[in-house]
Amino acid sequence: MMRGARLLVTLAAAAGLAAVAGCGEKAAVTVYKQGQYQGKPDMRPWDNDQFRGDKTAWEKTIKARNDGQNEYVRVATQ
Amino acid sequence: MARMKFLCDAERCIECNGCVTACKNEHEIPWGVNRRRVVTLNDGLPGEKSISVACMHCSDAPCMAVCPVDCFYKTSEGVVLHDKDLCIGCGYCFYACPFGAPQFPQDGAFGLRGKMDKCTFCAGGPEPDFSDAEFKKYGRNRLAEGKLPACAEMCSTKALLGGDGDVIADIYRTRVTRRGKGSEVWGWGTAYGAPQKPAAPQPGGKS
Repeated sequence: MMRGARLLVTLAAAAGLAAVAGCGEKAAVTVYKQGQYQGKPDMRPWDNDQFRGDKTAWEKTIKARNDGQNEYVRVATQ
Repeated sequence: MARMKFLCDAERCIECNGCVTACKNEHEIPWGVNRRRVVTLNDGLPGEKSISVACMHCSDAPCMAVCPVDCFYKTSEGVVLHDKDLCIGCGYCFYACPFGAPQFPQDGAFGLRGKMDKCTFCAGGPEPDFSDAEFKKYGRNRLAEGKLPACAEMCSTKALLGGDGDVIADIYRTRVTRRGKGSEVWGWGTAYGAPQKPAAPQPGGKS
């Protein structure tokens, strides 16, 4: 009889604890962390057969292309 | 080192969609994916303006910040690229991008959202340069060929400028000075940051 009552109290206490377990409040604000790129490394645009690692040659070519977009230097101004 | 940027001159854009066509042709972009689009404001009304929009390769790219798998990276030339092998197609980058640049092919079952696709500034991706894998996933690598993006180079009115930020800004400045109007560059401040002005001290404000 005594044993049954004790079991009942234990079960009731366990049920009570389980019922209020969800009431605990944790801080929901996270600290933002800057991510790091996780993918494959990329090649640099001058590391190929055309430029053979010559960064200056690549930059010179790109510069010429850049300037080619300026029609004021392409067309003779009056 | 050059910082690659795009600039669209709304005074010159004639909505021909040549940039869109050049991009689709250059990279063999499938139906339903548009890395570049032409947006027209006040369409059909006097004074309508068009601009060509794609990934602007932002200085502080929001897509990079929100990607849960960190598949974005920025090259030394300032081009924002991503690894399609890592992309899970969650679409966060689409919500974060102020230009609507990320595109998702929906060719799977039940409208499945595929891996994100966007403008690469014609710089390919993290596969060996000029390889079939690079072309298939990211398109042609014109930058490694010493060329600028096809859209900008094909623009018939030179409304769309692409390349080193300093050079294209100089071109645009000369243009604006000569014509005396249209100095607004849409999207430039959003993508590359507005000029920093020191905050004026407020009367009675605390420092």
